[in-house]
Amino acid sequence: MTTDVIESGGGLDRSASRRVRRGDQIFRLASSGAGILLLAIMAAIAVFLIVKAIPALQKNSANFFTEKTWNPNAQPATFGIAALAFGTVLSSLLALVVATPIAIGVALFITHYTPRRISGLLGYVIDLLAAVPSVVYGLWGLAFLVPRIQSPEQWLQKHLGFIPLFGGDSVSGRSILTGSIVLAIMILPIIAAISREVFLQAPNAQAEAALALGATRWEMIRMAVLPFGRPGVVSAAMLGLGRALGETIAVAMVFPAAFTVSFRILTPTGNSIAANIANGFGESGPTGRGALIASGLVLFVITLVVNMAARLIIARRKEYSRAGA
Amino acid sequence: MTGISFARKLKDRLVFGLVCLAFIVAVAPLVSVLWMLVKNGMKRFDMNFFTHSMRNVGPLDNNGGAYHALLGTVEQVGIAAVIAIPIGLLTAVYLIEYGGNRRLGRVISFFVDVMTGVPSIVAGLFVLAFWVLGLGMGFSGFAGAMALSILMMPVVVRSAEEMLKLVPDELREASLALGVPKWRTIISVVLPTAFTGIITGIVLAIARVMGETAPLLLTVFGLDSINPNAFNGPQESLPLYIFQQAGMPNQPAIDRAWTAALALILIIMVLNLVARLLGWWRAPAKSR
Repeated sequence: MTTDVIESGGGLDRSASRRVRRGDQIFRLASSGAGILLLAIMAAIAVFLIVKAIPALQKNSANFFTEKTWNPNAQPATFGIAALAFGTVLSSLLALVVATPIAIGVALFITHYTPRRISGLLGYVIDLLAAVPSVVYGLWGLAFLVPRIQSPEQWLQKHLGFIPLFGGDSVSGRSILTGSIVLAIMILPIIAAISREVFLQAPNAQAEAALALGATRWEMIRMAVLPFGRPGVVSAAMLGLGRALGETIAVAMVFPAAFTVSFRILTPTGNSIAANIANGFGESGPTGRGALIASGLVLFVITLVVNMAARLIIARRKEYSRAGA
Repeated sequence: MTGISFARKLKDRLVFGLVCLAFIVAVAPLVSVLWMLVKNGMKRFDMNFFTHSMRNVGPLDNNGGAYHALLGTVEQVGIAAVIAIPIGLLTAVYLIEYGGNRRLGRVISFFVDVMTGVPSIVAGLFVLAFWVLGLGMGFSGFAGAMALSILMMPVVVRSAEEMLKLVPDELREASLALGVPKWRTIISVVLPTAFTGIITGIVLAIARVMGETAPLLLTVFGLDSINPNAFNGPQESLPLYIFQQAGMPNQPAIDRAWTAALALILIIMVLNLVARLLGWWRAPAKSR
């Protein structure tokens, strides 16, 4: 009787544990499978862009990397990434130069100049900037910025025209400068949010020590907060740069869409890879689509490099601070 | 005691002024955007706009609406969520519960970060190259949903990961000590504990992809009439609608673009608010 119970109990236990093990295996497999699927998607993006770009590149009669014009639908097809890549990098760097100091200021304002109770609310307001969709910024840029930016542009051209950046014969509301300002607005919340996190992590003891020694608030920030936050701010700026490089619709709506390589940011010249894809896709034939995919591949590689570099800086920082703790 | 010298005090004040100015400069565009949205968007914010499509609407006609675009957006984002949420959640579970410190876990974690930075237009180009051209499936709402899901996955993974990290280890250990297998522990102890936080992250991810235009341009293509079938033929979407109407030279089209933009912002704001309220309502084991 008793042995029966024990035996059957043992049998139950064994089958149950087998079921448990199978359940565990299935769940483990499913979750690691999902992770591997993510890796596979990243690989597939690269593979399919390459596969679809090759036929168009073979039909190209010009050098893809040095040609400035973009006529993939003509016979023979002539297209190159030079002007587009130049415009992309120039506008993104300009946006970065505009946005980073403001974002650092915003982050400092929220972390060190406002009482904790309202700093959360102010942070939320800045995050709202990131919630506005790209296409709405484009619409706003077209209706608000493009008409209003012309007189400041004329002023810049008249008084600072000797600087090549502001030179040129005519100014236009739709210019690289306008696009860069829209980009700056869009990347500002990203840079501000990460900088805020980093500034909050700055060791409190050092800040208090600086204040106790009679430092003013700015001196405390300069000595105890900024040196600690610098790597974080650098990687935040790089993530912002990555975002600006790939930003499409807002830029497509305010860029002049001319295929030139020129530093003159006030003139109606310049374009970007992403904007060209958005604006050129509708009229593209098979070769045109392939050419756009090829340009997208270049964009993918550029943003990949920038983002990976930013992530590596963050990762190194993490290890460093863990070792220090 | 002489106190702080004038120069140091001045510098301190000056920086304070600059920092305040930075905040004002950063908020000004937001105020301007919202103001213009309300001012220009209210003109066509009527029933006609939300019940009609653009079918048979001439270039100078003052009617026409975004019903077809709204329908398309809801379908595309819904399908994207159905694809992205399970994959994202499972990946987060893997990273936290199984492989966080293994080689594979570290590689996945790194590439999730990199995936966050993939430009939306590249996600669109990928689906175009793979699904629309490669497999010859043509433009459809589903193709757009796939592109959106690629953008959504890393966001879901990251937010779910943060929430799973907050679940105290004691809960897991208690459950395992009672003889509950690991997978049951995850499903009935870990995930429910982090539930509201995970939902918050998912809602924010949905709000983020809702406004994406560029990938849809290449995969959904756009359409003036109502196409309720997301698996067959081009569709419209709200952001795409704004882009197309804003590009037209006539005032009625531009008015429609503003109204659609106002509607889109309202939806996104409501989603953000829901996420915030959820997070505030039941912050799990968070003492911050």
